Amino acid sequence: MSSSKKIRVLVAKPGLDGHDRGAKVVARALRDAGMEVIYTGLRQTPEMIVEAAIQEDVDVIGMSILSGAHMALFPKVMELLKAEDADDILVVGGGIIPEDDITELKKCGINEIFGPGTPLEDIVKYIRENVNA
Amino acid sequence: MNEKKEIKDALKDWENTTLSETITKYPERKEEFYTISEIPLKQIYTPLDIKEKDYMADLGFPGEFPFTRGVQPTMYRGRFWTMRQYSGFATAKESNQRFRFLLDQGQTGLSVAFDLPTQIGYDSDHLLSQGEVGKVGVAIDSLADMEVLFDRIPLDKVSTSMTINAPAAILLAMYIAVAEKQGVSMDKLRGTIQNDILKEYVARGTYIFPPGPSMRLITDTFKFCSENMPRWNTISISGYHIREAGSTAVQEVAFTLADGIAYVQAAIDAGLDVDSFASRLSFFFGSHSDFFEEIAKFRAARRLWARIMKERFHAKDEQSCRMRFHTQTAGCTLTSQQPDNNVVRVTLQALQAVLGGTQSLHTNSRDEALSLPTRESVQIALRTQQIIAFETGAGDTIDPLAGSYFIETLTDEIEQRAMEYIEQIDSMGGAPAAIEKGFIQREIHESAYAFQRAVDEESRIVVGVNRFKVDEEQEFDYLRIDPASETSQITQLLYMKGSREITDVVEALHRIKKVAESDANLMPALIDAVKVYATLGEICQVLRDVFGEYRAPDIL
Repeated sequence: MSSSKKIRVLVAKPGLDGHDRGAKVVARALRDAGMEVIYTGLRQTPEMIVEAAIQEDVDVIGMSILSGAHMALFPKVMELLKAEDADDILVVGGGIIPEDDITELKKCGINEIFGPGTPLEDIVKYIRENVNA
Repeated sequence: MNEKKEIKDALKDWENTTLSETITKYPERKEEFYTISEIPLKQIYTPLDIKEKDYMADLGFPGEFPFTRGVQPTMYRGRFWTMRQYSGFATAKESNQRFRFLLDQGQTGLSVAFDLPTQIGYDSDHLLSQGEVGKVGVAIDSLADMEVLFDRIPLDKVSTSMTINAPAAILLAMYIAVAEKQGVSMDKLRGTIQNDILKEYVARGTYIFPPGPSMRLITDTFKFCSENMPRWNTISISGYHIREAGSTAVQEVAFTLADGIAYVQAAIDAGLDVDSFASRLSFFFGSHSDFFEEIAKFRAARRLWARIMKERFHAKDEQSCRMRFHTQTAGCTLTSQQPDNNVVRVTLQALQAVLGGTQSLHTNSRDEALSLPTRESVQIALRTQQIIAFETGAGDTIDPLAGSYFIETLTDEIEQRAMEYIEQIDSMGGAPAAIEKGFIQREIHESAYAFQRAVDEESRIVVGVNRFKVDEEQEFDYLRIDPASETSQITQLLYMKGSREITDVVEALHRIKKVAESDANLMPALIDAVKVYATLGEICQVLRDVFGEYRAPDIL
């Protein structure tokens, strides 16, 4: 990508989970790293997330779930992105996500899952290195 | 005072000679030391630090104003704190089994976790409930689920805490109805509804209605319980979630007490006498990882609340000034790395809560940074409390750290800094106004971000995360919720809806609408509606139509 264009990221909270400390801290770190960040707020359906991602023309979607609903909601987002021909968007996730589920989620196209304790710098670096532009 | 002068001179000497010589040769680990709340720490505290203290006014005796030393005259010498593990998952039937297991294991109170659709007032078959049914707690759609949840649990003998906020009045109505079916009248019920909507807006996220009607629902429960349920705690004003969202200890005390002030003011404005409801208010704090700061925090919160109730609200009954609280160890300090280390963290945090004089305690399970806890992990967590209670002697004398130069200084410091925040919030028009402006949310977020930066920069060490790391494979046995339980919950709901008397339901919902539009107390109409099996989602929909829904401000 050209160095002048800022990476655009949608940080989203799918489902009903209200734990948004992580999502907001990551959003802030990405912004401080020079990216343009749009934060959806709570209670987003997969449909709302995909629609926002397309409308905002983002390069990256970052989703966070701590309620255990990730296996129902993350794959749904991937499905909708494919249906919209928008699966070139880099998709990363975070939250309380067991190891076995991470394998499954990667199979359905989620690029990376960042668990508790991940340094912010690692997330910034991963996005910079893997974003499609 | 000659003695003080002597100490002062000696301290100066010590600083200028012994201490400075050592520091010159062997510098301290850091230039400056701070608590997590950024309170600066000295090398040593002496009688000079507490020279202004007035023992009777600032500390007093347990069970008496200002309750710094504890809310009961005998504290744990009379009875240990209530060991109350928050649990509840998937279906009412499974939760009922877990409750009965915990009661058999010596747990003394129940604590119900509800799933997110229940907490946000959606039935299990709602579109937004997809994937969330039974995940973080039990799914309750109607009284039918509540009947299963408390099957064979004598509600006149246990105390039950329900983590429910926006629809708290409805779940309380269901609890009353279940008890009545067991033959237990509501005046005998003991327990707590969390019922604290303000912290939902700033930290926990399970709000439904805007602040105005939400506060009205809360004052309705205050009034109803003051007349009918003398042993029920009508609210648990919660700092825990504020802390988990990233606040410091000082902010936790300040924002929680500012919320408390707003509830008391709302009830007074609604015509209630302060002494008619204030003794049933309860609180809920976290126990984080800064050992002494946390102990001081509990003591400071107790004293500050007592002073607020007396000086600001002119409570006459000392019981109105007594801050009783539940404590939970800090989930956000648990690591997914080397998860067994969490047992040690939880042990220390639990001890802090006991040294701080908590009334009840939840100890987290070691695997909570990975998934919902297994039965084995929950048992270790409960055993941790039992070891502190029965083996350490920590409860055998009251408020054992009182009089420590350091603890008393820190207690003063936290009280004073929290009071400054409360004054700032007052000047904005109180907690609801400060929340509307996004002030409290922003303050919490700033602290959360600063904390994460400190961990990333290794100025704050988290064992196993940024130091003392090992290569590890996750070999943890975790609890899984069978996705089929969502389907079966929906099937049961549909079956229940088909078998009830629909005209009764329609009539009951209509009555709720009428009452909601008026100023009358909603509780009686809610009790009638749940008894004819109106669902939680149906009732909340009626209230959504009348009250509207809350939209969060953008604070980033």
